[in-house]
Amino acid sequence: MMKKDVEGVIRVTGLRVARSGRTVLDGLDLVLNAVEVTGLLGPSGCGKSTLLRSLVGVQQVQAGQVQVLGEPAGSASTRAQVGYVTQTPSVYDNLTVAENLRFFAAVLGAPHGDVDRVLSQVDLGNEATHLVSALSGGQRNRVSLAVALLGQPTVLVLDEPTVGLDPVLRRDLWGLFHCLAADGAAVVVSSHVMDEAERCDRLLLMREGQLIADETPAGLLARTGTADVEDAFLQLVEQRTPLTRSQS
Amino acid sequence: MNPKITVAVASRILRQLKRDHRTVALMLVVPCVLITLLWWMYVDREAVFDRVGGPLLALFPFIVMFLVTSVTTLSERTSGTLERLLAMPMGRLDFLCGYAIAFGLVAVVQSMLVAGLAVGVLGLDVRGSVITLGLVAIVDALLGTALGLFVSAFARTEFQAVQFMPALVIPQLLLCGLFIPRDGLPQVLEWVSDALPMSYAVDAMNIVTRSTDWTGNLTRDLAIVAAWTFGALALGAVTLRRRTA
Repeated sequence: MMKKDVEGVIRVTGLRVARSGRTVLDGLDLVLNAVEVTGLLGPSGCGKSTLLRSLVGVQQVQAGQVQVLGEPAGSASTRAQVGYVTQTPSVYDNLTVAENLRFFAAVLGAPHGDVDRVLSQVDLGNEATHLVSALSGGQRNRVSLAVALLGQPTVLVLDEPTVGLDPVLRRDLWGLFHCLAADGAAVVVSSHVMDEAERCDRLLLMREGQLIADETPAGLLARTGTADVEDAFLQLVEQRTPLTRSQS
Repeated sequence: MNPKITVAVASRILRQLKRDHRTVALMLVVPCVLITLLWWMYVDREAVFDRVGGPLLALFPFIVMFLVTSVTTLSERTSGTLERLLAMPMGRLDFLCGYAIAFGLVAVVQSMLVAGLAVGVLGLDVRGSVITLGLVAIVDALLGTALGLFVSAFARTEFQAVQFMPALVIPQLLLCGLFIPRDGLPQVLEWVSDALPMSYAVDAMNIVTRSTDWTGNLTRDLAIVAAWTFGALALGAVTLRRRTA
């Protein structure tokens, strides 16, 4: 892959989003690259999901531009290239795991062997014939993730995909995200769990609709002189908005 | 529109339905029980059964499909699967036509069962051909499907979706000519009745049960019901937004 194809796979300029009268994102700028796992971290309610929805092109935006693979987000020509996992698993409860995957593969026009490939990627091979309604919450999340992997998308937007998973599985999935990035994908993963930050190549810290950090995990720790990302987050928040602290 | 995707949507819905034995039973058995009940009520007054039986053959597919479609589409909206599908290369028409095909097929089975029971066992007098009767039932079912898809956009919960049935279906039921002939209604209500699709669905079914020929009025009635169906589908397509707030 050429360097120019790697940089700026996603370009966000001046993005402003309001939901039910409340401004969630206000003039956000962001450039994301391929061959990189970007972590979007912040407390719940800070606008992570809204930003991710904007990248996928399912969010109504008030102003600004979101370009994905050189096209406006959500364009018909790039929809099959973008894999998206919503926070709550969006799969059919009364179908089996394999039936869900076969259906979405047909909609995407993904090749036939893809179902088995993604099943093994999320380690659900043994559950293929189980009904989704009979699975645990973590397993359902993985079915939803498997759907997003169909058709080998070049952009993966994953909204809290590792919530509620056991540590071993969480580590394996982060391994998978890095493999996908190494194969050339741009992977964006959100989380509200700060200790997942160290697993990212690049870290975006978000608070109240603003990006307060955009660097490597090591760079962030070095700059703030802190030992972990949670402390770094606190320090950034207190530096930037000292008023919030004195009022509370 | 992509026929492969449309077929994938339709077969997925049918597969889900196949799992849901209770819903299938309710869709297929309840209309049969109701028509039998009606026959029993009028067991000594065959003429009444003949008069009311036809319209009911039009109403069952309409009502059942309206309910099933509005609730299933709503759950597709609330579970996030619709958002996911619309973020994929799926056209809105693929989605809507997939639903129309799947539930249209169910309507065929349902109509054949009820009509077979009513005509073959209970002795309902149908002068027209069984094929015409089936066709009218399917058109009515598709109307129910289309309206159900449309109203699902205005409900936030399944509970609300079900409430659209008394709000939108029962007035049509009252004014469709089943209780009193439509031309016997007060003038304003007759105009309202003239504007509602179920009036024409019932009218078409009455023609099939009473006349051996395919009449011009039957063509007109079916055309009006079909126009309503396409109109509701078009409005339903407008309510399927890729981008939501």
